[in-house]
Amino acid sequence: MSDRVAIIGIGWSGFRPVTPEYSYKELMYEAARRAYSDAGVDPRRDIESFVTVAEDFHEGTSIFDEYTPDQLGAVLKPMHTITGDGLHGLATAYMLIKTGQFSLVAVEGHSKASNLLTPDGVTAYAQDPVLNRPLRMNTHFVGGMEMNRYLYESGSTQEQCAQVVVKNRSNALENPSAPFGADLSVEDILSGPPLSWPLGVRETAEHADGAIVMVLASEEKAKVLSETPVWILGAGWSNDSPGLENRDWSSANYTKNAAKMAYRQAGIYHPYQTIDFAEVSDIYAYKELQSLEELGFFQFGEAGLVTEEGLTHKDGDFPVNVSGGCLGMGNLLDANGLARALEIVLQLRGTAGPRQLEGINVGLAHSWRGVPTASGAVMIMSN
Amino acid sequence: MSDKISTYPGTSLSEKEIRDGKVLSIQDQMPGKFSWDTGIAIGKYLAGLKDGVIFGSYCATCRRTVVPPRTICEWCFQPMDRYIPLEDTGIVNTFSLCYVTWDVRRIKEPETPAVIEIDGASSLHGIMHKLGEVEPQEIKIGMRVKAVWKSAEMRQGAITDILYFKPHEGSH
Repeated sequence: MSDRVAIIGIGWSGFRPVTPEYSYKELMYEAARRAYSDAGVDPRRDIESFVTVAEDFHEGTSIFDEYTPDQLGAVLKPMHTITGDGLHGLATAYMLIKTGQFSLVAVEGHSKASNLLTPDGVTAYAQDPVLNRPLRMNTHFVGGMEMNRYLYESGSTQEQCAQVVVKNRSNALENPSAPFGADLSVEDILSGPPLSWPLGVRETAEHADGAIVMVLASEEKAKVLSETPVWILGAGWSNDSPGLENRDWSSANYTKNAAKMAYRQAGIYHPYQTIDFAEVSDIYAYKELQSLEELGFFQFGEAGLVTEEGLTHKDGDFPVNVSGGCLGMGNLLDANGLARALEIVLQLRGTAGPRQLEGINVGLAHSWRGVPTASGAVMIMSN
Repeated sequence: MSDKISTYPGTSLSEKEIRDGKVLSIQDQMPGKFSWDTGIAIGKYLAGLKDGVIFGSYCATCRRTVVPPRTICEWCFQPMDRYIPLEDTGIVNTFSLCYVTWDVRRIKEPETPAVIEIDGASSLHGIMHKLGEVEPQEIKIGMRVKAVWKSAEMRQGAITDILYFKPHEGSH
């Protein structure tokens, strides 16, 4: 018996700027039912362990773990919640199966961002309470400073960042689940209001609501249950120093390390030659360029140029964020990484509809937890 | 205290010194505001409370009526869409006499949290509420109780539309 792990079921609900019709539990239930039906499993009978990702301050509920079992079919079963990105959750589910103790595991992530009325107030509480927060600045300033130093060192331009927005929001037009599709020009983006210069409001992903559930299986189970298993080749995650005072502002070392870990596991030495397409964090537009370089697809300072040339366009040699990314699908808080992974699975299965890519075998999902964090995760998958 | 140390050097901190800000610390308050969408099942429940009715939902697979209602049966994971009006009476499953308030004050007359298994719902399904019009020492597990509602014009679709449950002699 080999010890590979596959994603055999996916389901989602959303994604929309507001979802007043559903409670967060009902949102999660819709995604879970779809995922279990897709995998052909009964959660009560078949799924052995459950993982969710959630941040108490995003939910407004302390010890949010307690509020997740019933809508996932996890009552009286092994389950736990981790305060991480969706890719951390996916990696955790992957490891649970790797232990040999479980053969079917579900992972869930969601966003009810519309119910959080003071998102900037909560994000400010991610700043160091003694050293940074007393300065009383909106946490987007961290994005502005990171972008500024990144452009300064890499030679990338604001126009190139704007090009990322144009591409991703145009891609979102072909994704029925993406609420922020639009035909825009670089001028449209650059003429928008500033957020924290050089970062503009239109280069920043808007929040959206939604839930995503995935079912993971051991190789043995996957071969019985699925005709289109998507295999996990490697997973990695890493955190840089949390301090704003002493981090490397131009590069995202955490992403580089997370990728190294995943590549080592997958046996990948030439990412650009081996991997066919990627979904990377674009909570801010510059983050896509920076991440593509840290992931080893392009040299430092190259990503902006190749983006302008159309290489990362959906018809280009290396499509990036065909789903629309966070800019097109919305910033889904803790579920961002699962949204990136969702597109990888859809594409590798050949079920991505009008935005289906041809001739693809290996995809990479990347996520960043947003400001002020230096926390990233990577997962590599193949069909 | 030990062979080598008989006294601690220096002076201990007092509570007053901490209170007077002589020990440096930072205080702050998080601007965390939330507005939770009630959704289908809990929305139905709250609308019912506004009308003076307690709704449960029924799972045809498990033949179980749960309250508060939900759209998902947590046992069989099938959708639930049948809402059943229940009685506003029931029995005390468990209770406690709580001598400390929400905002952490000591009180002499205890608060009386209780779970009331509602008549018409399956056993072990009930409402988390408070008891009233009863001497705390008289409360018993298994005691029959009935909801005391706010007046119709004061109800606003909230769990507090029921003021409390009081002892009730009538049989169901």
